[in-house]
Amino acid sequence: MSKGYEHVPLTEAAYYILLALYTPRHGYGIMQFVREISQGRVQLGPGTLYGALKTMQEKGWITLNEAKDSRKKEYRLTPLGKEVVMAEMERLEELLKHGRAVLGGEKVDS
Amino acid sequence: MILKKRKIFFNHEKEERWLNEMAAKGYHLVHYSWGKYTFEKGTPGEYIYRLELLDELPSHPESKDYIQFMEEQGVQCVATSLRWVFFRKKAKDGPFEIYSDHASRLKHYQKIAGLLGLVCGINLLLALVNFNSVIHLSDSTFVLYVSLVNWLAVILLAPLFISYWRRINRLKKEMELYHK
Repeated sequence: MSKGYEHVPLTEAAYYILLALYTPRHGYGIMQFVREISQGRVQLGPGTLYGALKTMQEKGWITLNEAKDSRKKEYRLTPLGKEVVMAEMERLEELLKHGRAVLGGEKVDS
Repeated sequence: MILKKRKIFFNHEKEERWLNEMAAKGYHLVHYSWGKYTFEKGTPGEYIYRLELLDELPSHPESKDYIQFMEEQGVQCVATSLRWVFFRKKAKDGPFEIYSDHASRLKHYQKIAGLLGLVCGINLLLALVNFNSVIHLSDSTFVLYVSLVNWLAVILLAPLFISYWRRINRLKKEMELYHK
């Protein structure tokens, strides 16, 4: 079990924001990444994103990149942030595994 | 072309709706100061407007940081009034909601309810104190009027406070089931 386990479950928004920051990104880049990867299903509000980024910084999951362009803030994942993502993925896999075990061969509509 | 309108709102959602109706007609808010709205004529429906109550006054570093973050996302801060901010975004860039999950929406509602509760409570207190003086003073016409103003504020604000209170409870219930 990884160290990040005490921090899950994450909200969908938090999970996708952390995924986005595997590569350093600005706020706008995060919103775009999340919108594209979820095919438009998850649209982050700028206020929600700002609050999440602040809290994640306080928790040490992400950090500000030393900026070349000082006007725009760029964020990236810390090792702890990576642990949190891993823990969340483990949790999601467990949920899926149990769901499949109970439903057996039943087909899930998509 | 410039259009000026005077109006007083107690409900920020009604105010937001009105600003978006004006924007749909091509009148875009460019300035606000104490009940005075200034609109500029432009393309109908060019902007979507949203109002937000900040934690601190706009001059506070934290608020400045937030407003700058918003500008980086293509959201323009048109005007401020105490802790309230008027934001707008181009409609062609897609839908504009400041909050996209229950947790952050709940926090905003709580902030507004807190403010309403405070203002309503102060007015209720003053109304009662003044009402008490009306009974005990011989020449109390002035105090009576002041007391009436306080009562009026309570009557206007209390239903709004209750409506936010209900909304907060509804959201909390939803959050027990959904992780939105």
